[in-house]
Amino acid sequence: MDIDKRQFLKIVGVSSALWIGSRLAGGLSSVFGIKDRFDKRALADAGYEVSKMLPDPKELKARQWAMAIDIRQFKTPDDYTRCIGVCDKIHNIPDIPTKQDIKWIWEEPYNAAFPEQHNQYMEAALENKSVLLLCNQCEFPPCVRVCPTGATFKRPDGIVMMDYHRCIGCRYCMAACPYGSRSFNFRDPRPYIKKIDPDYPTRTRGVVEKCDFCAERLDQGLMPACVDASKGAMIFGDLRDQNSAIRKVLSTNFSIRRKPELGTQPNVFYIL
Amino acid sequence: MYNSGKIIIGLVLFIGLVTTPIWFNIGKADVKPDPSLNTPVIQQMKVKHCIESKQFMIDNHMRLLYDWRYAVVRDNMTIYKSTTGQYFTMSLETTCFHCHSNEKQFCNQCHTYANIQPYCWECHVKPAQESANGH
Repeated sequence: MDIDKRQFLKIVGVSSALWIGSRLAGGLSSVFGIKDRFDKRALADAGYEVSKMLPDPKELKARQWAMAIDIRQFKTPDDYTRCIGVCDKIHNIPDIPTKQDIKWIWEEPYNAAFPEQHNQYMEAALENKSVLLLCNQCEFPPCVRVCPTGATFKRPDGIVMMDYHRCIGCRYCMAACPYGSRSFNFRDPRPYIKKIDPDYPTRTRGVVEKCDFCAERLDQGLMPACVDASKGAMIFGDLRDQNSAIRKVLSTNFSIRRKPELGTQPNVFYIL
Repeated sequence: MYNSGKIIIGLVLFIGLVTTPIWFNIGKADVKPDPSLNTPVIQQMKVKHCIESKQFMIDNHMRLLYDWRYAVVRDNMTIYKSTTGQYFTMSLETTCFHCHSNEKQFCNQCHTYANIQPYCWECHVKPAQESANGH
């Protein structure tokens, strides 16, 4: 069969018009092939009203959460282990007896926590004292800048959060963190957890984890677990609220932070 | 055809070998997945209703869980308002597993059938009933 150019163009034109018409009937989004698998519209297309997700009405709000640790009030070993123990327990943190241990909140000697503060002939009581360390929830977190997948990010209330679903285990964040606050799961942590709390997920091999100021507790209206366990030695509050507990403590006591010269604006303050 | 005897025998053997899965499974009934709703919590419910309708959950539970995960982890939303106006905490552990405490008979039925391996359990803790039996 011979067709000339004119006939060919007619056939192409009519069939294109038919195709576009049929796609238009199926809605504009499908014309351009835009259809997110997990789009809310997909749920609506399925014939259901789109339901709502809301924050817990009890949630605690802040513009920048911050913590002050009054190390004067840490006297006995139990003062430290109480705070560390409750965190390990509720967050299913494993106890691995090698360098691969996972830590969210841990003890370090004063001169290791504040190497630039280690003076000659300093007060022996302070020099030999242990300090509780945890993620500083920096205002300008270097870990967030380097994360290639957005697995670690900053919440509007200032908490530097981990989304373990997205973590690919590249450990850039660990290299970037100047405080050593992040731990990598070199192995499956479950065999090293004393008692798994079923209400909180464990982590898996190949993800990085750290303290998140108990974000899940703040969202339910509770204070961080270590703050509750510290019997007043740790003060927690909104750094941008001048009437908050933490601002009162900071304005009346001498406090230092770890490596402030790096400009990350750490949000954990130590009262000496 | 040269060597037709060898070729035909070879062909028959070859086709026989390639089609072995068919010969092994011929006549066997295809076991359909049968998720069980028989858990103590569900038995005690007066109205046996999931957070959304059954058909919606069958079709969309994976989308719903994805949305929940995003909302909880990244947007600090923790409450889900269902189409029936009820409120639920968006949590695999405390909401889903509260009723569906039988992961083997519920989740795995279809996932195994469809050859899907969701990696939820690498972090999220399986319902206590399962892990007590050494999952």
